Amino acid sequence: MKYRSVFDIIGPVMVGPSSSHTAGAAKIGRMARKLLGVMPEHVKITLYGSFAETYRGHGTDVAIIAGLLDFDESNTNLPDSINIARQRGMDIQFIVDKDSQVEQPNTARIHLSAGDQSLELVGVSIGGGKIEITEVNGFPISLSGSNPALLVLHYDKYGAVAEVAGLIAKYEMNISYMEVSRQEKGQLALMVIQTDEEISEGLAAEVSGLPNILNVAVLA
Amino acid sequence: MFQSIEELVHVASSSSLPIYEVMIQTEIETTGNSRDQIIEKMSGQLLVMEQAVQRGIHEDIKSRSGLSGGDARLLQRYLENSDTLSGSVLLDAVSKAMATNEVNAAMGTICATPTAGSAGVVPGVLFGLKHKLNPSRDKMIHFLFTAGAFGSVVANNASISGAAGGCQAEVGSATGMAAAAAVEMAGGTPEQSAHAMAMALGNMLGLICDPVAGLVEAPCVKRNAIGASSSLVAADMALAGIKSIIPCDEVIDAMYRVGRMMPPALRETALGGLADTKTGRALKERIFGTDGRSSVIKEK
Repeated sequence: MKYRSVFDIIGPVMVGPSSSHTAGAAKIGRMARKLLGVMPEHVKITLYGSFAETYRGHGTDVAIIAGLLDFDESNTNLPDSINIARQRGMDIQFIVDKDSQVEQPNTARIHLSAGDQSLELVGVSIGGGKIEITEVNGFPISLSGSNPALLVLHYDKYGAVAEVAGLIAKYEMNISYMEVSRQEKGQLALMVIQTDEEISEGLAAEVSGLPNILNVAVLA
Repeated sequence: MFQSIEELVHVASSSSLPIYEVMIQTEIETTGNSRDQIIEKMSGQLLVMEQAVQRGIHEDIKSRSGLSGGDARLLQRYLENSDTLSGSVLLDAVSKAMATNEVNAAMGTICATPTAGSAGVVPGVLFGLKHKLNPSRDKMIHFLFTAGAFGSVVANNASISGAAGGCQAEVGSATGMAAAAAVEMAGGTPEQSAHAMAMALGNMLGLICDPVAGLVEAPCVKRNAIGASSSLVAADMALAGIKSIIPCDEVIDAMYRVGRMMPPALRETALGGLADTKTGRALKERIFGTDGRSSVIKEK
């Protein structure tokens, strides 16, 4: 069940013109922003497949930048995002890759950096404003998009996973799937946790307040 | 969660509940949100739809490319001043569907139903029926839950993406959803809703996605317009007791399989159909230039 909620069908409320190429693109950008945790200074975005073919008419570029500014897909400043981003000092580079074969038609790879922090994420827009995230910092992740998910970037320290799981239990929520990947022992790691219930902002905020947690993003 | 239209209709009929109520209860179960939260959110979606319709029929809407805008108002004026051929309820719905898509094309705020490119049909039919059936605000909200219930099955069992399944997956799905919801609002049974959707979607099978210059404008706005008219006709047919020979779930499955057979040129790549006509290609050149750089829309 990719579309669980009635609001996946009667929604999202969004700035036009395309749920997949505009709203979905904004959501992918916002996921990257949340995982970086701060306003990105340098941005490199590669568009593939149908994103590469038709991004101009759909405002896909504008929408991804809006997401990087932490605008949601209904923010009426979305059409003006590139100007706003430049005013805020964001350095933006777009690469339109029509040649590489991608598995899904609407794919974007986003590389962000701010100070000494960086993040790379690959997102796919699957239709009706729903997205999937297939890669974070080189970790391939298998998020089906069917359940709400919490993505947690953290330091690979003992207890980090247990504390997050404990908080989820406190909210009386059930974990349906979980994976943990890391670059090197003791370095940066990524938890991907899918739940049966929707993930509240309160839970996400509490998780980001835990020790050893860098950034948190919610995929609804 | 119901997995098919047959199951949805069975649950509704066997428990004597309307489809919208089955959808609300399912939503409570799957999300853990309260009934009040869910109703309030849908009320918000309805408000966004209403504002888009009002903008489209009253304001001077024009997209950046110039390919769309103003047709909803033209039709409203025609409705006021002429003895129309197809009647005022139908044309009012058509106009309000176009209004929504014109606002969408101009990067205005809309509610995707089920997608942005097909966002006109459901509100068009709903606000078109407003003067005919005088529904309360609650009833209008119920209409959206019913449309969402039917749409969920299509999205999960087939597709609602033009890039995956062509326009039949977008405007086709929306037309079926609106037809089913219109039947329920008019007092029809869950079975009649399913027949209306089957007839409406069945009529859309094979519809390609061929946006001129790759923009969600032509023929999208007019596909939503005529989609809304098909919804109302299919709803009336079902209310008259006419049944679809092929059950709704099989029509949805057929739509999915037709989509799989469609070549990529006919699935939102703007390489076939109306996009690949003499005028379609010339418009693309005017808007984006020969080297792909925009002459009308500024390249960022």
